[in-house]
Amino acid sequence: MTARIGVITFPGTLDDVDAARAVRYSGAAPVDLWHADADLKGVDAVIVPGGFSYGDYLRCGAIARFAPVMTPVIEAAGKGMPVLGICNGFQVLCEAGLLPGALVRNDKLHFVCRDQWLRVENNTTAWSTRYDTGAEILVPLKSGEGGYMADRSTLDTLEGEGRVVFRYVGENPNGSRNDIAGISSPNGRVVGLMPHPEHAVDALTGPSDDGLGMFYSALDALAGLVSA
Amino acid sequence: MGAVAAPHVETPAVDTTTHAAASPELPQPYLELGLADDEYARIREILGRRPTDAELAMYSVMWSEHCSYKSSKRHLGYFGETTTEEMRAKMLAGIGENAGVVDVGDGWAVTFKVESHNHPSYVEPYQGAATGVGGIVRDILAMGARPLAVADPLRFGPADAPDTRRVLPGVVAGVAGYGNCLGLPNVGGEVVFDDSYAGNPLVNAMCVGAMRVEDLHLAHASGTGNKIILFGARTGLDGIGGVSVLASDSFSGDETSGGRKKLPSVQVGDPFTEKVLIECCLELFGKKLVVGIQDLGGAGLSCATSELAAAGDGGMRVELDRVPLRAAGMTPAEILSSESQERMCAVVRPSDVDDFMVVCAKWDVIATEIGEVTDGDHLVITWHGETVVDVPPRTVAHQGPVYDRPFARPAGQDAVAADTPDSLPRPSGPDELRDTLLRMIASPNLASKEWVTQQYDRYVRGNTVLAQPSDSGVIRIDESTGRGVAVATDCNSRFVYLDPYRGTQLALAEAYRNVATSGAMPLAVTNCLNFGSPRDPGVMWQFERAVHGLADGCALLGVPVTGGNVSFYNQTGDTAILPTPVVGVLGVLDDVRRAIPTGIGAEPGETLLLLGETHDEFGGSAWAQVMHSHLGGVPPAVDLERERLLAEILVAGSRDGMISAAHDVSDGGLAQTLVEMALVGQCGARVLLDADADPFVQLFSESAGRVVVAVPRSEELRFTEMCTARGLPWRKTGVVDPEAGALEIQGVASLGLDELRAAWEGTLPALFAS
Repeated sequence: MTARIGVITFPGTLDDVDAARAVRYSGAAPVDLWHADADLKGVDAVIVPGGFSYGDYLRCGAIARFAPVMTPVIEAAGKGMPVLGICNGFQVLCEAGLLPGALVRNDKLHFVCRDQWLRVENNTTAWSTRYDTGAEILVPLKSGEGGYMADRSTLDTLEGEGRVVFRYVGENPNGSRNDIAGISSPNGRVVGLMPHPEHAVDALTGPSDDGLGMFYSALDALAGLVSA
Repeated sequence: MGAVAAPHVETPAVDTTTHAAASPELPQPYLELGLADDEYARIREILGRRPTDAELAMYSVMWSEHCSYKSSKRHLGYFGETTTEEMRAKMLAGIGENAGVVDVGDGWAVTFKVESHNHPSYVEPYQGAATGVGGIVRDILAMGARPLAVADPLRFGPADAPDTRRVLPGVVAGVAGYGNCLGLPNVGGEVVFDDSYAGNPLVNAMCVGAMRVEDLHLAHASGTGNKIILFGARTGLDGIGGVSVLASDSFSGDETSGGRKKLPSVQVGDPFTEKVLIECCLELFGKKLVVGIQDLGGAGLSCATSELAAAGDGGMRVELDRVPLRAAGMTPAEILSSESQERMCAVVRPSDVDDFMVVCAKWDVIATEIGEVTDGDHLVITWHGETVVDVPPRTVAHQGPVYDRPFARPAGQDAVAADTPDSLPRPSGPDELRDTLLRMIASPNLASKEWVTQQYDRYVRGNTVLAQPSDSGVIRIDESTGRGVAVATDCNSRFVYLDPYRGTQLALAEAYRNVATSGAMPLAVTNCLNFGSPRDPGVMWQFERAVHGLADGCALLGVPVTGGNVSFYNQTGDTAILPTPVVGVLGVLDDVRRAIPTGIGAEPGETLLLLGETHDEFGGSAWAQVMHSHLGGVPPAVDLERERLLAEILVAGSRDGMISAAHDVSDGGLAQTLVEMALVGQCGARVLLDADADPFVQLFSESAGRVVVAVPRSEELRFTEMCTARGLPWRKTGVVDPEAGALEIQGVASLGLDELRAAWEGTLPALFAS
């Protein structure tokens, strides 16, 4: 049976079409989820895509976390549903308390769009089993507020529990603490990252197809092929 | 539902048509509003009375140079005269609509346009540039198309000038802030520095959109009884500009009186509102709920209502007091002139109004029925029941003044042409050539623009196949077939200054070549003609020559001009900018998978071929500018027949998989082209110059009609035989060498890729990354 993966659209969401395309490329069925509906339509997993939800004139993601659709997302995540937050989606998951820490303005103050190498630090989460630990993947990074910040003890916890899933390779693009690009929840089912795997699913339109592994990983997790 | 009550406003005493008829002698500030004596007299003649304040506001903005094209109209007619039926065959809409539309095959129509936002961007770089993007995107949306991509041709003063450090970062951040938040990939554009733009930067914005052919929406209000719905942002006091003199009584320059603040006349953008407005409009189009649509840009409601009515049957009634406002106490004239952003005006059948409002409510877009189409021939606008405007709409929208400005070749033009670069000292010997090359690639105009373009999102929506620094931006429009378009904009204003006719044809040739270099067949042309004051006969001569050069060139190439924009008064004091007719070319690819990249090294074993001929041509060249601060002589020769042949060869080579990389030869010459192909591809090459010709000329001349292609060795013979058979000169100019890690120019120098990269990429960050 084809897995159904929900893709949330808030007003101001931009990369929902890309996330849906990535789901399709991986062989699953994308399902549109609307911010104003507290209804996950029975999906098996959820992607919170990139963009500028509600304009993000306040702190990024600060309004989106209160959207009706987030209530069932938080509830489902608590029961182990795989959830992936990309860029603005990562910010929303942090604001919603599903992931620790916060994303702040890039240290160089400019929006940065570039092809970014990441190292996979943990291949046991619901969204990373298709990679080898230590593998380097190339995906676009495009954000103005992508600096990952958390207090020392949180960082120690994340590092100690292996919850740093992706780390920037080479020059740190935005001032993220510990070069962190993406992290997971304690049970590895919820993952958030600033770079955009959904823009790296076809070498024609992206720098590589390295991002597909995240979507395949989720399908494996749903099929019970791996236990996270 | 959907109609939101305006905040409570104190109704000001307004100037009604009745009052105007009864007070013919009342002095009016028409001069302050930019109208000439004879223009004001003509308005009185049209109306048979003096205009009301609101009418005066409408006429003054609609008859401004920006809206009425009064100085350029006479000359722009030449585009129509030179467009043949054959050229028109693929045009679905042309000059006069919000944007030109062309049929690109498979039932797809593509619309594209460039507009200027120069003056606002000098005053307030961030908002000026941001709202420039917003405006052009709404133009594309108003054709019924989904906006697909943007690109921004930019011109600034000297890179190291203090004011450039104020203007450039603000403009770039504005383009990025608005475009990124809208979710439109930025795929191209230009960044050029020249002293002449120091007090007058150019911020041009291009947008491309696509739709199914049958979904084309033209701006017209027809069908008596159809409703006029204003939707999007509220109307405020921003961007009112000169019209505020009409309200001078009520606030006398004092911010506190009446509780009102004087707002800057540069509009303030809200990209989030525009993103939502785009999605809302596309859903409305999809549900067939719109009869006609017009965006609100320059001249705001004055423009939208008069143009909609003029393009329809003529009659329209609007209740201005229904317009949702965000400032208290706005007068009818201010509401009509406000350039508040992110607003659209639609004509909707009465039976569809409820469904229309449901869609707007879903997207939280404010929508208000403000009037209806009537069976008369006048645009009548009321304010709390009293008539403040009663005009024939065509007199506002289309029948503005037309000037026959004098034009004459400037007396100094001969001296400029005589001041050739021939006597400038040229580098000789390997060491001097090497130094010249490194200085050239590090000069601001030739250096990598990555510091700018990496602030732009080029990936969003997942259809970007090529973006900067490619020759053109390539966007997929149909995922199932791979059909897509390529767009490029170009203008070397130094060439245009030396010879406006030929220089503009060179701009056309370069944009056309850039599109073909990506493997796309050029199909249509747009433009943004940036010039100094039309009151200067020398500037008008440049303009007239540029229009003729472009139109004649398009006729030779068989591609129509589908639209354009004119920006005059780009000057500081008496000094005009270098004439800058930016030319945009759109091409089509039946399958974007065959688009040709810029970087070499993708295929093992590539041969580098230089297509076209190199002559000793340095007038207006980057070498003359960088090494000698010289601008004189004549620009390179242009041969449009050759450009067409070159394009056909490139497209054929792309179709048959014979070309693995290509890059056009223009600013900076062959040296620049080879450096960029090597650095973008992160791959070295060995270059063989012609031993019988001057290496300096070969490396740095800017002869037109040239492209370097990388051809897999297995295809070399087939490709060169095709060139020979069709009469296109070619020369084997090297081989790609992934092992070299350098650009080895035989007999000149071996330049390590790291050294080249440091020179090419270091300049802009050193200037602007504070």
